[in-house]
Amino acid sequence: MTEQALLHLDGITKRFGRVTVAKDLTLSVRPGEALGIVGPNGAGKSSLFAMISGDLRPDSGAVWFQGRKVTDVPPHARTRAGIGRTYQVPRPFEHLTVFENVLVCAHQGAALKGRQAWTHAMEVLERTGLAELANTPAGRLALLQRKRLEVARALGTGPRLLLLDEVAGGLTEPEVLELVEVVKQLHAEGLGIVWIEHVVHALVEAVGRMVCLAGGDVIADGEPMGVLADPKVRELYLGGGPETGLADEEDRTDEEGA
Amino acid sequence: MTISQMVTSRAAAALDVSRAARSSKLSAVVMLAAVAVLAALPFVAFSNVTDTLVNLFVLIALASMWNLLAGFGGLVSVGQQAYIGIGAYSVIAFADQGVQPYLAVPLAAVTCVIFAVPTSWLAFRLRGDYFAVGTWVIAEVYRLLVVRIDSVGGGSGKGLAGMSDLDQTLRGALTYWVALALALATIAACYLLLRGRLGLSLMAVRDEETAASSVGIDVRRAKRVVYLVSAAGCGAAGGVITVSSLSVNPDAIFSVQWSAYMIFIVVIGGIGYIEGPLLGAVIFFGLQQLLADYGSWYLVLLGAIGMAAALWLPRGLWGLMRDRTGLSLFPVGYFVRGRDA
Repeated sequence: MTEQALLHLDGITKRFGRVTVAKDLTLSVRPGEALGIVGPNGAGKSSLFAMISGDLRPDSGAVWFQGRKVTDVPPHARTRAGIGRTYQVPRPFEHLTVFENVLVCAHQGAALKGRQAWTHAMEVLERTGLAELANTPAGRLALLQRKRLEVARALGTGPRLLLLDEVAGGLTEPEVLELVEVVKQLHAEGLGIVWIEHVVHALVEAVGRMVCLAGGDVIADGEPMGVLADPKVRELYLGGGPETGLADEEDRTDEEGA
Repeated sequence: MTISQMVTSRAAAALDVSRAARSSKLSAVVMLAAVAVLAALPFVAFSNVTDTLVNLFVLIALASMWNLLAGFGGLVSVGQQAYIGIGAYSVIAFADQGVQPYLAVPLAAVTCVIFAVPTSWLAFRLRGDYFAVGTWVIAEVYRLLVVRIDSVGGGSGKGLAGMSDLDQTLRGALTYWVALALALATIAACYLLLRGRLGLSLMAVRDEETAASSVGIDVRRAKRVVYLVSAAGCGAAGGVITVSSLSVNPDAIFSVQWSAYMIFIVVIGGIGYIEGPLLGAVIFFGLQQLLADYGSWYLVLLGAIGMAAALWLPRGLWGLMRDRTGLSLFPVGYFVRGRDA
């Protein structure tokens, strides 16, 4: 089964002191699949991404990518292998222009050179609506443009698996729709996508499968509407407990589980 | 590679990316003229002028290397005097073996790279402040090792062999040219390094290290390259110091003061710009000449200027000039032209 999967998480566990962000978690993504991840704060969503991209090492369990065990592979090598990620809080290269931000991804992540790298970078900027800002230093971008740049950089690395971490948070409705279109198009071209998002309606539009995480484990997995209708999921979002409100969660920007 | 397949020939044809700034043709001509004048100086100026300029060239080289290290690699070292010292002692040792001292200067750079490889394994285990302190300690360790070697003079230092058969005027001129070549070579090395693909990666590492590794940059490797280049440059500078002063003293050559100079020059000149150390070194050199007679007040004033620059000019004088005028002597960026916009 690991042979066919694009990404396979095999029983990963991660604890920070007494907080468990992943508890014997097993999850697979098929090539070209679009998977949405929802869950309350502290459910371990961002930590999960960190373990897929290599920023964080699981205490136990293994991460497989395209049939290769990458648990001990450093982040840059995972990116070169085809895992492109965005950060929830944008981390642009502030003194580089928007074009240079994506160009360095084309060089290092996608191993492109010269004109090929330029064209690839520019193509990515056009898709993400940043072409007009190509020569602007990234430090001068507004938040929404920074979020787009996160997506542009991830695409710049020429990924097979795209990890999107709350890229719709804080966007206006038309912008969310625009983003959904971009994601759907990328998906149609065969890119595997894992998308963490609190803007649930955007997720429902763009993904074919949804997973709900809570307490470091998968509590529901399946077709998006089915997952949202699941009693356990409804209880998490609507029932008692300190962290339930969707709107409340969107305001939080700090990384979860840290 | 799904995305690259989508690259259309239409987009490729319209895209034009320029590497040069608007002003760079003019500034290149000015710089070439300045280099020509400097190279011809021993024929027209008194030797006391050229002897003083040797110090300026050494400062430019050292500051450029520190800027590369801290400004691009994010490696704030206060231990580059380790390589200045190793370079200086290499020249002494090579000269003792009969190598012409001027030819020993590039060999000193090689020696430093050889020392820097294992040293980097040790130093790179430390991060941030610990790295800074660790590099200083490593430099002290090298000093303590060197003073135990009797064949290079132990604690009292040693004179440079193989220079007495040269005419004094010729020796002054040769030292001057070697120092000038060192300064030019370090600036050229920074420029070529930063203009390439590795350079863009280094600037990304400088801005955001975590994001840099997540876009596919091997951050450790990039830093190691910078560290080795910097060691080579500082080693050659140490060699030039030795052929200029004709002797070496372990306490002076391994002094942390070198690091203080480098940091001061880069902070006032502008960290993260190739032009920064150049401008900073000229200013520092000028202050040194003007205030040399005022004793300790000179150091007080230097400290005050350094603090003022760090507080009000975080990107140094060159950063200020660049913001005002857009001037760039060594353009390393990419400028997109030829789009519909």
